[in-house]
Amino acid sequence: MSEWLENHLPKVVLAPSFIAVLIFVYGFIGWTAWVSLTRSKLLPKYEIKGFIQYERLFDSPRWDTAINNLYIFGALFIVIAMVLGLLLAILLDQKIRVEGAIRTIYLYPMALSMIVTGTAWKWILNPGLGIESMVQGWGFPNFEFDWLVNPDYAIYTIVIAAIWQSSGFVMALFLAGLRSVDGEIIKAAQVDGIPTWRIYTAIIIPSMAPIFLSAFIVLAHLAIKSFDLVIALTGGGPGYATDLPATYMYAMAFSRGDIGQAASSAMIMMLVVFAIVVPYLYSELRAKND
Amino acid sequence: MTDLSMPQTQPRTQSATGKIALRWLLYVLLGLFALYYLMPLFVMLTTSLKSLEEIRTGSLISLPREVSFDAWKTAWSGACTGIQCEGLRPYFWNSVLIAVPAVFLSTLLGALNGYVVAQWRFKGANIIFSLMLFGCFIPFQVVLLPMARLLGMMGIAGTIPGLIFVHVIYGLGFTTLFFRNYYVTIPSELTKAARVDGAGFMRIFWSIFLPLSLPIIVVTVIWQFTQIWNDFLFGVSFSQAGTQPVTVALNNIVNSTTGVKEYNVDMAAAIIAGLPTLLVYVVAGKYFIRGLTAGSVKG
Amino acid sequence: MAPILDINKLYKNYGPVEILKDINISIEPGDFLVLVGPSGCGKSTLLNCIAGLEEITGGTLSIGGNDMTHVSPKDRDIAMVFQSYALYPTMSVAKNITFGMKVRGVDQATQDAKLKDVASLLQIEPLLNRRPSQLSGGQRQRVAMGRALVRDPKLFLFDEPLSNLDAKLRVEMRTEIKKLHQTLDASIVYVTHDQIEAMTLATKIVVLKGGIVQQIGTPAEIYNNPANLFVADFMGSPAMNLIPAQASNNGSGTQISIARETGETLVLNDARDLSLPQDVILGLRPEDIAEAGFRAGAGVQEAACMVDMVEPAGADTYVVSELGGKQVTARLHAETSAQAGQMLNLAFDMSKVSYFAKETGERLN
Repeated sequence: MSEWLENHLPKVVLAPSFIAVLIFVYGFIGWTAWVSLTRSKLLPKYEIKGFIQYERLFDSPRWDTAINNLYIFGALFIVIAMVLGLLLAILLDQKIRVEGAIRTIYLYPMALSMIVTGTAWKWILNPGLGIESMVQGWGFPNFEFDWLVNPDYAIYTIVIAAIWQSSGFVMALFLAGLRSVDGEIIKAAQVDGIPTWRIYTAIIIPSMAPIFLSAFIVLAHLAIKSFDLVIALTGGGPGYATDLPATYMYAMAFSRGDIGQAASSAMIMMLVVFAIVVPYLYSELRAKND
Repeated sequence: MTDLSMPQTQPRTQSATGKIALRWLLYVLLGLFALYYLMPLFVMLTTSLKSLEEIRTGSLISLPREVSFDAWKTAWSGACTGIQCEGLRPYFWNSVLIAVPAVFLSTLLGALNGYVVAQWRFKGANIIFSLMLFGCFIPFQVVLLPMARLLGMMGIAGTIPGLIFVHVIYGLGFTTLFFRNYYVTIPSELTKAARVDGAGFMRIFWSIFLPLSLPIIVVTVIWQFTQIWNDFLFGVSFSQAGTQPVTVALNNIVNSTTGVKEYNVDMAAAIIAGLPTLLVYVVAGKYFIRGLTAGSVKG
Repeated sequence: MAPILDINKLYKNYGPVEILKDINISIEPGDFLVLVGPSGCGKSTLLNCIAGLEEITGGTLSIGGNDMTHVSPKDRDIAMVFQSYALYPTMSVAKNITFGMKVRGVDQATQDAKLKDVASLLQIEPLLNRRPSQLSGGQRQRVAMGRALVRDPKLFLFDEPLSNLDAKLRVEMRTEIKKLHQTLDASIVYVTHDQIEAMTLATKIVVLKGGIVQQIGTPAEIYNNPANLFVADFMGSPAMNLIPAQASNNGSGTQISIARETGETLVLNDARDLSLPQDVILGLRPEDIAEAGFRAGAGVQEAACMVDMVEPAGADTYVVSELGGKQVTARLHAETSAQAGQMLNLAFDMSKVSYFAKETGERLN
């Protein structure tokens, strides 16, 4: 018995975690997938009725808004955070004397809860007391900046806050990438008389393709899961103008008591995440095994 | 290391003054961005020290004319989260009670799992690791409903042990990944030598691997602490009045509709809720960044 | 006396891939067995199987007369030294050496006494309180050996222990290991890819290739009578000359003809009556080809050959000549007057020749 235990201890140690992951990740995904095919309302039912929940989902104007918002938010958030992050990384890569301090300042928002970030920006963007009133006080009485309460623009306030939170992190990724480029290649280019900006565009940035991919994956993943920030900043409003799939799912699950809708929207979210993450992880794991 | 400030060998096209001007421009740009990132923190801090009267009449970015800590006192022990008015204090301790055991357990399990996956490879270990890794990336919405039911069935719905359980389970993927990536860099001959020396699985872990692990333990603890402290989704889904973590309480204070809106209290509460992770970041930023990049770039 | 290590029909597979095939090895107490072969030949896997670090797929393995086929490493009464030394990085040198005893619950007084003995034997007393990271490569090597010696096991296993050292240190440590073997009368299994290490250290050599034993024998047997072309080519530096030739029986002995690109066919006579096939590969070590007049004996045959290249190597001078389409190396004395582009009379010691089948590469004589 003790001999057996000794030989199998590694498996015995790994087993609880593995079983937990099997049940609480894969089993639960299965449960949600199953329920998304039923007529579950306040309580789950287990009788499969086909894709009725998905039909309801795609007919729902609220879900429509959530998906549209995800497009707008996702595209702007990813593109701007990447551009800003790359710009900051290149600026910081110029032998800056106080680089450590500046890096710390750019990155600290990542340590904060999205709820804290949301609360701060809600105050700054508050039309009556924030930036609008400040600029008006500077002598521009007609200045208007009411995006936070304007259904057409509220989603952009979420973009602003999300970029503030995450761009420093993208910068850190890119900075690490810039630093890992082979210094001899750059010296060779300098000896060849290639101007600095050309060295960046022709040599350094193309060699960082994997970092772009990583940054994209992380940001896309953050965008799809965005929940806290919306809740804290706009609560999904005005109306449901700033709903994202995550807030839609939460509303269906816990305030509207529509489990079928919650499950089907969660499944859609998961499919989107998997479509992005699985090929990436697969290639990463494969590359490592070779 | 890229070194682009090396003297260039090409004929000079820029004058010396042009170079200095460019350098200044660079610093000005960096300074402006620093202001952009610091502005919200500055606004939060000054607002929290102003009186409501001053907030209504003054400007967003002006310094407080009269520094007052009343808002902080209210935020800590008097602000209303819905019908209760006990401030953030009880919820802050809830977060501590959730985070400390959850960080400890998920780190310990991650260390053991990583040790097995990296050093005791057996048939199928890689598949198990891949499955655990994929678990890191699921949107948690997909497990909310069944988890809510399971916690109910286990009788720990709405309790702090329930939240600890949830955080440990969904933290395992990352903690295992961190330790696995650290332990694969340790030569497997070390394990072999210890086995020939007569040490068993656990003895090798305690005597040889754990003493080597301080850097990765720090990274993992910081990562897990930040994740769990800042969590909102699990907190709002699986807690009830009295067991809510600080992020949920903060959101309730800010969105509470009873009485006059006290912006200074909101800001003080936000700073209090953000302080522990901010502190960790300032004290151990190097490890914080390492965790962030390790969590996003596998390898 | 029972063999200290007895491996019987051992097989090892990784999934469908056969790593080791039908390994049969037996050594006596006090033997120094060297497993040698090119990288990927399975020698390290075999050592790990002996240690119990890898499960074997088939066959049996006994150490000191006890069946150890399925026994875990700690109960095999072995000690092992690794290529990377595998010192425990967080422990001092002393703790590294005593860790095994501590795990086994040996009392402190015995631990101290044994540590003292081993430290003085290896002359590492001043290092005992240091960390492995503070040691040089050679010192780490000594500590790794100390960790093995202190256990006083039935069998020592060495996995390429010298390949991380620089050339000079490697030679020094080689001598030292040999000395240790002689003083302790220990039984050792030693893995290396370096055939010189194998020749100098071993009492018995196993040559492996592709998971199959090519030859087992004493260094002299392996060197003088290689079992096949692979062993002939692998052991010895410079390598054995392997020359395609035609053999025929000339009544009392064997006549060998070797084609040359320039000049007439070289004909040599081997006094042995060997009944060889017509196409053979003739194997002759460089030291068995000398300058005419410097080698005497019944089997010596002289012939004029074109010198293509002269390589002085200090103690000897190597001369290269084309024979049978191969660059054939002869080992001449240092003061030779041989010059490239000139003819030179060479003495071939035909009594030392090995013959191999052209198709299978197996030894014929």
